[in-house]
Amino acid sequence: MHLHFLDPYQERRSPIHAADARIKLVLALAFILTCALAPAGAWPAYILLGVLILVVEMFSELGVGWVLKRSALVLPFVLAALPVIFTLPGEPLFRFSIGSWVLQASQPGLERFASIVLKSWLSVQAAIVLASSTPFPGLLAAMRAIGLPRLLVAVFGLMWRYLFVLVDEALRLMRARSARSGYDQPGRRTGGSLAWRASVTGGMAGNLFLRAIERADRIYMAMLSRGYDGEVRSMPMPALRRAHWLVVGFGIALLAFILLLANLFKG
Amino acid sequence: MLLKPVLMHIPDGFLSVVVSIILWVVTIAVVAYALKRLSAELGERQVPLMGVLAAAIFAGQMLNFTVAGGTSGHLMGAAIATILLGPWAAILVMTCVVGVQALIFQDGGLLALGANIFNMGLVGVAVSYAVYQTVKKLTGGRKWGLFVGGALAAWFSIEIAALGVGLQLALSGTSPANLAIPAMAGIHALIGLGEALITVGALAFLYASRRDLLEAGSSAPQGGWLVWAAGLLIALALAVASPLASANPDGLEWVAEQKGFLDAAQGPLYHIIPDYVFPGVSNEGAATIIAGIVGVLIVFGAALALAYTRRKRTAA
Repeated sequence: MHLHFLDPYQERRSPIHAADARIKLVLALAFILTCALAPAGAWPAYILLGVLILVVEMFSELGVGWVLKRSALVLPFVLAALPVIFTLPGEPLFRFSIGSWVLQASQPGLERFASIVLKSWLSVQAAIVLASSTPFPGLLAAMRAIGLPRLLVAVFGLMWRYLFVLVDEALRLMRARSARSGYDQPGRRTGGSLAWRASVTGGMAGNLFLRAIERADRIYMAMLSRGYDGEVRSMPMPALRRAHWLVVGFGIALLAFILLLANLFKG
Repeated sequence: MLLKPVLMHIPDGFLSVVVSIILWVVTIAVVAYALKRLSAELGERQVPLMGVLAAAIFAGQMLNFTVAGGTSGHLMGAAIATILLGPWAAILVMTCVVGVQALIFQDGGLLALGANIFNMGLVGVAVSYAVYQTVKKLTGGRKWGLFVGGALAAWFSIEIAALGVGLQLALSGTSPANLAIPAMAGIHALIGLGEALITVGALAFLYASRRDLLEAGSSAPQGGWLVWAAGLLIALALAVASPLASANPDGLEWVAEQKGFLDAAQGPLYHIIPDYVFPGVSNEGAATIIAGIVGVLIVFGAALALAYTRRKRTAA
């Protein structure tokens, strides 16, 4: 299987790709925190945050359309916030009825709903740009730089290394199943009863875990034979230069300024 | 439509900052303790074992089976991980799975990651552990007890975690309690059945091929009564609090209001500047228009700069 099937990293030559992963992680987190802290209905602030992320997307050469398409990922969750339109008390906007149910939309309700969706949409764009412009080893280094325990980062690293191997394994199991037990497609007759299909899938899951446990043993032996002693060592990270600190400082100051505006002009 | 536990991964923007931060603090404390326990008991083996198993759970979530009419059942994996690895290792494995899903695949937000790890990792694992161990003890470790325990652990891990998600959304003022909690509970009662079926299938396979992994809690460090009690407590607390909260949304609203006061407490910082500082910009509508114009100018400028640098690069 091709690595690119899973890995969201997109190879480009852009200033965003070239930036230090630590800076990108910190700024992305600061951006998301700013979105979360901005009060509901602070439209000017949302516009400015949107412009900010749009400019970053333009400079990242990922293609604004591509990022926006991926950001549709949060859409299903919007459903969870939908009822708030009708339950928040306030000035009624419009009403309609489903059967005997009368739903009345209120202005604060609609405002809160739109704010939640916008904030969520802006945040996920920042996360997409981060993941698509930073190779995973860079993210690992950034995680260590912001203070995650070395051991946890090592587990993350190993997980990433074997993710593709085990996803491959899962896909092979699924191919074997569809070769032996009929179609797994909507609209076509599938083999066996529901319980049988579930137990087959369960068997596959059990098989996958068994293979993983055995593989972990082999990997451990291989690591031992190469001198692993439980200590996770990694290359020292290059020191942050003054320019890096300036970028971080400027970014955070800008976000703080937008947050200030958001609180001055909230709806 | 896929019967995938998508509703478990809360994106950013849906939780209030206060709720996110509280859950981050709890999550960090528990994961740090789990790391310490594992280092002591597994030693140097833990890095490869945890890493590969986290990858296996991630891959295992791709396995599905058709239910009817194009829907399919999936695996979340907290229960099977807990049964195979013991609670501490399972917490670490689920933390890695949920973390990679958020960081790489945007399945769940980054600020909401603490809450997502809390729901799927801590709650899912602790509840699985409490249910599985209880059933195992009660049935005296017989074969059918193993399967019944596994099925119940799987179903409860999904259901209780879903109740947690509903409660957090309600606390954040994102979704009204009397809708969010019953909806989450209802959908996940069904999704939990899929999880239970797959978990039993996996246990049956492992029982036939590697019984040693299931018996005597294997080599993995076990939780002891503390985790058992914590799981039971979480399960009971959420199972009791959720219907209460959805029956009396006023109570939650009160909490949300208190939180509102917390948010307002940030106020003084901004009150230094009176309501209309910028001359001429006294109302919100004008501010929105100005922000729009400034935004268009910035985007236009960025586009020009970008076009210029690109042309220079192709010329070079």
